[in-house]
Amino acid sequence: MSQLNLNDALSAIDIQADWVGLREVKESTTYRIIRDGNPQANSRDIDYGVMVEVLAEGQFGYYGCNNTNPANIQKAAEKALQQAKASAKNPIFEFTTEARPVTKGNFQSPFKQKVNDLSAGRLNEIMLKAYNQLKVNDQIVSAHAMAMIIETESNFVSSNGSDVQQSFLMVQSDYSAMANKGDIYQRRTDNHCLQIGMEEFDEDLVLARAQRVGEQALELLDAEDCPTDTTNLVLAPDQMMLQIHESVGHALEVDRILGDERNYAGWSFVREADFGKLQYGSKIMNITFDPTVDNQFACYGYDDGGLKAERDFIIKDGLLVKGLGGKESQLRSGLPGVANFRASSWNRAPIDRMANLNLEPGESTFDEIIAAVDHGVYMETNRSWSIDDYRNKFQFGCEYGKLIENGKLTKTVKNPNYRAISNPFWNSLKMLGNSDTFEVYGTPYCGKGEPNQAIRVGHASPVCLFENVEIFGGV
Amino acid sequence: MEKLFNQLSATLLNNLRNGEHLKVTIGGENSQFVRFSQSKVRQSGLVDDASLSIVLINDNRTCSGSFTLTGNIENDKALAMTELNRLRDEVSTLPKDPFVVMPEDTGSSREEHNGSLLPSEDVVASLSPAMEGVDLAGIWASGRIFTGNANSAGQKHWFATDTYSLDYSLITPDERMVKGTFAGSNWNQSEYEKNMAKSIAKLRMMEKPGKKIEPGAYRTYIAPAGVADIVGMFSWGGVGEASIQQGDSSLCKMRQNDVKMSSCFTLSEDFTSGIVPRFNSNGELAPEKLDLILAGSLKNTLVSSRTAKEYGVQSNYAGEGESLRSPVLSPGDLNEDEVVQKIDKGIYLSNLHYLNWSDRPGGRITGMTRYACFWVENGEVVAPIENMRFDDSIYNFFGENLEAVTDKAHLHPAVETYDGRELGGVSCPGILLKSFELTL
Repeated sequence: MSQLNLNDALSAIDIQADWVGLREVKESTTYRIIRDGNPQANSRDIDYGVMVEVLAEGQFGYYGCNNTNPANIQKAAEKALQQAKASAKNPIFEFTTEARPVTKGNFQSPFKQKVNDLSAGRLNEIMLKAYNQLKVNDQIVSAHAMAMIIETESNFVSSNGSDVQQSFLMVQSDYSAMANKGDIYQRRTDNHCLQIGMEEFDEDLVLARAQRVGEQALELLDAEDCPTDTTNLVLAPDQMMLQIHESVGHALEVDRILGDERNYAGWSFVREADFGKLQYGSKIMNITFDPTVDNQFACYGYDDGGLKAERDFIIKDGLLVKGLGGKESQLRSGLPGVANFRASSWNRAPIDRMANLNLEPGESTFDEIIAAVDHGVYMETNRSWSIDDYRNKFQFGCEYGKLIENGKLTKTVKNPNYRAISNPFWNSLKMLGNSDTFEVYGTPYCGKGEPNQAIRVGHASPVCLFENVEIFGGV
Repeated sequence: MEKLFNQLSATLLNNLRNGEHLKVTIGGENSQFVRFSQSKVRQSGLVDDASLSIVLINDNRTCSGSFTLTGNIENDKALAMTELNRLRDEVSTLPKDPFVVMPEDTGSSREEHNGSLLPSEDVVASLSPAMEGVDLAGIWASGRIFTGNANSAGQKHWFATDTYSLDYSLITPDERMVKGTFAGSNWNQSEYEKNMAKSIAKLRMMEKPGKKIEPGAYRTYIAPAGVADIVGMFSWGGVGEASIQQGDSSLCKMRQNDVKMSSCFTLSEDFTSGIVPRFNSNGELAPEKLDLILAGSLKNTLVSSRTAKEYGVQSNYAGEGESLRSPVLSPGDLNEDEVVQKIDKGIYLSNLHYLNWSDRPGGRITGMTRYACFWVENGEVVAPIENMRFDDSIYNFFGENLEAVTDKAHLHPAVETYDGRELGGVSCPGILLKSFELTL
């Protein structure tokens, strides 16, 4: 990418500091959207800048700058030093260079087909065909097919010898259909977020996904509302994604546990003393922090503090063993953590984020799980989410449901919702699907931090059965 | 930055070829952010950011591109021309867009609001003493925000403003919280210290023993900050005309079945405060005031020019996403100072948290209570309550269950910073409800 030589820029900085780091990020985001038969967006946004970080008097000060000429980087370093010194008058913690470990290496997203292998015109054609597949009949009142392609290059160098280059190719594909009959409106969607190439837009795969979305949107128009009950709940992986994210991931971010997020995203029901002691879920619950799963959305080699990213258990046999805390949080809390100190771009300082956080598969087939349920509901695809600031009381809604009666999937139900409290909910996890039911999802829009940052996360899960959950339907 | 924008837009517009039409937008900020936790500095830094966005239209085909500006005019001119040429290469390969919005000249504008801000190096020393003795978490954001727009029809707009905000939570040792925001354009140290002292006094009220309440329907007052969060939901599957046309709005019932809300409920888009620019990314100027829901009836929706072409309706120059840019909820006649007596027996909610549509066509919203929320009995505050989940419909709490609206509207400044520091805020009063559904 480089529009400047980062090592030369670092060498040229002349300030009295204990440590200096430069993180250069260039990111290109392309959208191709067809809505209701016409192009809705063909856009490409390029974001480029350098984050200058300085450690002095035990404090980090930063300056994110769009002007990357050497004189401006020197000025930015001086101002960042001034911020660090001002912070030292009232600091929360005294940091040393231990917070920025020395690391060298690189990372490249895996992909088969390059971005340039698929022209803008051809991708518009495929999205238009997808739209035609989504619009099964006139009861589909609106539909869209969307391709988002993100190419990111991130380089990090530091005065203690770190030198990291990472190159990412990330894709989101999204197909959506809104069906209407009288007062009834039902949306069905299919969304993938992966580190993958243009093979994600293979026409046959795209059309098959779009057809299912359109047909199921229509199916929901004639479905009964989800019943109100306290019963067995089977969740598909594309809902488990959200369930893991909200009621495990955010609760275990160590900066939240330390209180940094209390003015915005909130605190956590988990406390520092809970690590190694809290039975977070039932014995079959195993959660991993795993930046190494092929094609998952938040794979990377190193976090933005320079820590090497590796797979690790966060919850083992239901017991909470480790937090989602990067090096700064590890030093502040004394807790073991992972390489998750990440920034949304060059213009934000890193904080603790989730990255890939997955529920490991169990041993049951999908049919065995359904057969084990006398009475319950199966739900797919999140459509509504809300949880309290301690990550306790949640209410989630899904797009598509099926009743389970006497061990079989029966009627389709619309507006399926459920609500519960995180810790008892995870302890009610009764069965886990095997690796055949394991699917990989993600989202580009995990919001957190002050100043705010939206970052990409990945979650993978098998199908899961929970007992005694409060379920209900629409208005 | 205005000079840079003028030079770049002139370069691009002067290089247009026959049949090409162009819209150019700049946006950016020069900001300081200081993050506090436990009343101490957690992170502190500065950000300079600016980007230029170009929309090219040719033969009813369109595409757009944006890039980060460097601030060096020669570099940025070269980047702008490279981007224009890339768009030229792409646009001819794309399908025609029957609803493309051509640039027009409907008038130019220029507004610049110069403030008096704290020097960045003085912020920690100026803010910290008033926080002593309490546990505060929050964010200081300060500096200049700017945006501009020009097009090939000759229209030009510029808006720049200096603002600061300290958005914070105060927390008691047993984890009860009070929310505060101190914002403006001209720093006043003594006003800041008064604001913080008032919040600390409010925090003392949270030290009373708490009361656990059960799920159920309660007589409820929602203070302006909580109402502002609900009003924000109207931007997401609410008042946008496209969302109604595409069946994705909570207000479809009002359009299709003439369902009404309470006559006490009036929501408008009102730019008369001047704190946000009236022009959108097309450079179109929205009306100074537009009633959306008037005395409970849907009068207007926010209509962008693209939506207007697509559905054959009149544009009111809403932004592309048709979200509220300057919402105002009209005050009513309930004396704000008598709210607690009027509740008599029920709950007082200062703030809400994490709202989402739980059934959008039905207008149902779920979310949490947060911060200073109290149980009220015999017209007096008795005890703080633990946070509760609610799940209720706008057609209930802005409909038949809306008993009264307070007589003063308060501005709740926008403090979000995802794509840069936001401008403006929501102006709204509090609402007294006959019944509000708490579920968990």
